[in-house]
Amino acid sequence: METTRAGTTVAPASRALDVIGGDLTERSLRRYLEGIPGVDAVGLEARAAALGTRSIKTTSKAWALDTIIRLTDLTTLEGADTPGKVKSLVAKAMVPDPDDMSTPRVAAVCVYGDMVPHAVEALGSAHDDGAPNRINVAAVATAFPSGRASRSVKLSDTSDAVAAGADEIDMVIDRGAFLSGRYGQVFDEIVAVKEACKRPDGTYAHLKVILETGELNTYDNVRRASWLGILAGGDFIKTSTGKVTPAATLPVTLSMLEVVRDWHRLTGEKIGVKPAGGIRASKDAIKYLVTVAETVGEEWLQPDLFRFGASSLLNDVLLQRQKLTSGRYSGPAYVTID
Amino acid sequence: MSRLAVPKTYKLYVGGKFIRSESGRVYEVATTKGSFSVSSVNAAKASRKDARDAVVAARGAVSGWSGTTSYNRGQVLYRIAEILDGRRAQFAEEIAAFEGVSLSTATAQVDEAIDLWVWYAGWADKYVQVAGNGNAVSGPFFNLSVPEPTGVVAVIAPQAAGVPGSLLGFVRAVAPILVSGNTVVVIPSERAPLAALSLGEVFATSDVPAGVVNILSGSPAEIAPWLAAHADVNALDLLGAGELDWVDLQIAAADTLKRVLPPEQAPDAGAASLDRITFFTETKTVWHTKGLL
Repeated sequence: METTRAGTTVAPASRALDVIGGDLTERSLRRYLEGIPGVDAVGLEARAAALGTRSIKTTSKAWALDTIIRLTDLTTLEGADTPGKVKSLVAKAMVPDPDDMSTPRVAAVCVYGDMVPHAVEALGSAHDDGAPNRINVAAVATAFPSGRASRSVKLSDTSDAVAAGADEIDMVIDRGAFLSGRYGQVFDEIVAVKEACKRPDGTYAHLKVILETGELNTYDNVRRASWLGILAGGDFIKTSTGKVTPAATLPVTLSMLEVVRDWHRLTGEKIGVKPAGGIRASKDAIKYLVTVAETVGEEWLQPDLFRFGASSLLNDVLLQRQKLTSGRYSGPAYVTID
Repeated sequence: MSRLAVPKTYKLYVGGKFIRSESGRVYEVATTKGSFSVSSVNAAKASRKDARDAVVAARGAVSGWSGTTSYNRGQVLYRIAEILDGRRAQFAEEIAAFEGVSLSTATAQVDEAIDLWVWYAGWADKYVQVAGNGNAVSGPFFNLSVPEPTGVVAVIAPQAAGVPGSLLGFVRAVAPILVSGNTVVVIPSERAPLAALSLGEVFATSDVPAGVVNILSGSPAEIAPWLAAHADVNALDLLGAGELDWVDLQIAAADTLKRVLPPEQAPDAGAASLDRITFFTETKTVWHTKGLL
C-alpha cells in the first residue's frame, strides 16, 4: 500500500538507523516491519501452554514468590485515586507484609502522572536508596489509557511526570494509527516521548512502551508492534494498560519475549518486558517466570528487565508466602485491602 | 430385555459445581445389600487442595448469603425441604443400599431430614428475636445486641454407622449453621457419603447460592487438620469427629481463634436445637440515641 506519507522520513532513532539503515523513511520502516515473518499462532499457544505445566514446589516456589514481589510494579490507576490512596500503596510497596519483615520490596509503584509528587514524597528515602531496596516511581503518560490526545499534550504529560520525579514512564502507542498502517506516526511519537523523558542532567527516565495487545487483534501485530517499540527506543515493551480485556496473556507475553530474544541476538542489547493486567494469582505469575527463564534466560528475572504490572497479585503472593512459612492456609483477612 | 446399569459418578460439590478431586483420587463405597443397581460405586476422595478451594468458594459466598434477608434465607432453606421431598424414593433407596437398613427405616430417616430442614427454615427469620436483645442502659440510648453469622464454618458430619444415619446426621450438622447466613465446608460420613453427595444435587437446584454449601467426601483424618488450621475458616463444628484426634484439631483451631463445637456421639448427636444456630453467630451491639427533642 502506497500512501502519500510513504517517502516521508521518520525520526532518526539510532537503533532504527543501525538496523534498517540510513534511508529511514515511512516506506523503509514499513518494508522492514512487514518483512518480519508471521507468528505460528497454534505453535505459540501450545508452547505457552506447555511452559505453564511446570511444577514449581517448596524451595523453588519460595524463591519464585520472592522474585515475583521484587519484579512487581504495584499499581493503582483509578479515576478515584487520591494522595491518601497513593500513600497507602507506597506503604504497602515498602513493607508488603508487616508480619514478615523478610518479605522483599516491590520494584516500583505505578501511578497516574499527577500522583507522582505524592508517591515520591511518601517513598522518601526509599526513593533515593540504591538497589535492591530502592523503589522506583513509574508514571503512566501520553493520555493513558486511550492515547487519544494531540502530540503536544502527550509530550507535556510525559515531561510533567519526569519533572515531578518519575523514574519510569509507561506510554501508550497510538493503536488507531498502528492498525491503519501508519507505522511512521507511531514510531515518531515514541521517539518524541523518549526525548520528553530526558532530564535536565541529560539522563533519561526509563520508557516502557505499552502495546495494548488486546486491541492489536493478531500475534503478527503484536510482534510487529514489539519491533516498532524497540526500534524507536523503548527500554521496555509492556503488554497492556489493564483497562482493556484481554490484557496480558501468556502467549502474547511469550511472543514479545521472543522479539526481545531476537533483538538481543541481533544487537546484544537487553530490552525489558512487562506483562500487565489480569495476572492475579501467584500460580499464573510463576508461569510467566518459567516462560521468561526458558525464552530469554534467567538473567532477565531482575527488575531492570522484567516486571509484573499488578495490584491484586501481590496479596495472593503474600498469602502463598504465609502458607509456606506457617504450613497452614492463610486468608484474605491477613493481608491489606487494596 | 435387560439393560446396562448407568452408575452415577459421585463427585465433590464445591462452589456450586460437581467436580472431581484435583488429586484425581476416588475410593470405593460398597453396598451392603444386593438391591441397588450396582454392588459398589466410587466417590471422589478430596485432598487438602480441594479443601483449600472449598474455603475460597465458601468465603466468596459469605457476603451474598449473609446479605440476603433472613426471610429470604428461610424460603431457600424451605425450598431444600421441598426438593428433597420430591426425591424421597431415590434417597431412601440409596440409604437402604449403603447403610444396610430396611427401606422403611431409610424412608423414615429421609422424612426426618426433610422435617428438620423445615424446622430450621422457620428459625431463619425468628432466631434473631430470641437471641438478640434490647439492652437497658443508663442513658437516652437504644442499645441493641443482634447476632450475626460468624462466616465460614468447617464441619465434620457424623461418621458413625447406624443412628442417626448418614443423611440425617449430615442435615443435623449443616442446616443450623446455614440459618444465620454462614457458609459451610463439610466432610460427610466417610463410610456412607452418597446421600450427602446426592443432597448436593438438591442444593444445586433449590436456590442455594453457589459456594454456600461445599461437600468434600473423603477421609476426615486427612482433610480436617487443614480445615482446622486454615486461617480463613472462622469456626469448626467437630460434631462427627469423635473418632479422630479431635483435641489436636481444637489446638490447631485455637491458633486462629476459631469457635469450636466438640464432638457428640449419642444417637441424638446434633439434634435440633436453637443453640446450634446461635453458637455460630457473633453478637454485635449498637448504641443509638433515642431522640433529639
